[in-house]
Amino acid sequence: MSPELILFLVLSLVAIAAAIGMLISPNPVYSALFLVINFSTVAVFYLILGAPFIAMAQITIYAGAIMVLFLFVIMLLGAEKLAPGKVLPYQKPLAIGLAIVLMVESVYAVLARNPSDAEIIVPTEAANSIDAMRDLGIMLFSDYLLPFEVTSILLLVAMIGAIVLTKRAKGEQE
Amino acid sequence: MIPLSWYLILSAALFSIGLFGVMARRNAIAILLGIELMFNAVNINLVAFWRYLDPTIMNGQVFAIIVFAVAAAEVAVGLALVISVYRNRKTVVVDDLDLLKW
Repeated sequence: MSPELILFLVLSLVAIAAAIGMLISPNPVYSALFLVINFSTVAVFYLILGAPFIAMAQITIYAGAIMVLFLFVIMLLGAEKLAPGKVLPYQKPLAIGLAIVLMVESVYAVLARNPSDAEIIVPTEAANSIDAMRDLGIMLFSDYLLPFEVTSILLLVAMIGAIVLTKRAKGEQE
Repeated sequence: MIPLSWYLILSAALFSIGLFGVMARRNAIAILLGIELMFNAVNINLVAFWRYLDPTIMNGQVFAIIVFAVAAAEVAVGLALVISVYRNRKTVVVDDLDLLKW
């Protein structure tokens, strides 16, 4: 087994264990922290694949900004204690069944696809270089200029929406 | 080199776990966490296909960056909605938000 393979297997185990830990921990703070572990391992996957910019963006945007926002809201609302309410009895078994069906189906689709792994010629040139990053920037600002600008408008709309939704009306008391 | 299908299977596993979280959790914030996990699984697929098909064309990475931006926007609005709902109803349990049910 090559070191790359061992790294991949260990990282996938950590990623899946963190994802399951996120699901089964009843406290949302622990869920969020498990998800940070998962995001960090996914960033290492991007490094293995030769996409360092995506890996760093994953760390700063996901593990940094988004999860801090999550933790802020969880602690702001004091949502760690979940009030007992009425529960659908069939919700959890149904969710497990549907998730397993999706998992089996997609694994089958991957394994049965054509061409199989042996037939794919993997490009071997080093993708892990400054050139690839420069190409990424050039492509983002030439071929994908319109989607890029639309994304900036989307972020602006999201920002305004978040402010409007959380703003209190004038004179309203907490 | 790791076979492409391993990345796809890992991504399918993470996506299914995220889907289970969305369907089975009752806390609105935990549901948003599950959605984040699903976004991540999609991104692994995009970057893996970029690497294994043609690394000189950067389409996959561009898509991954756009998915990052959309995920950030989704989280900002989603958490604002959760805060707004909590102000009005004093709960984040989605089972209790049955105003539209009759």
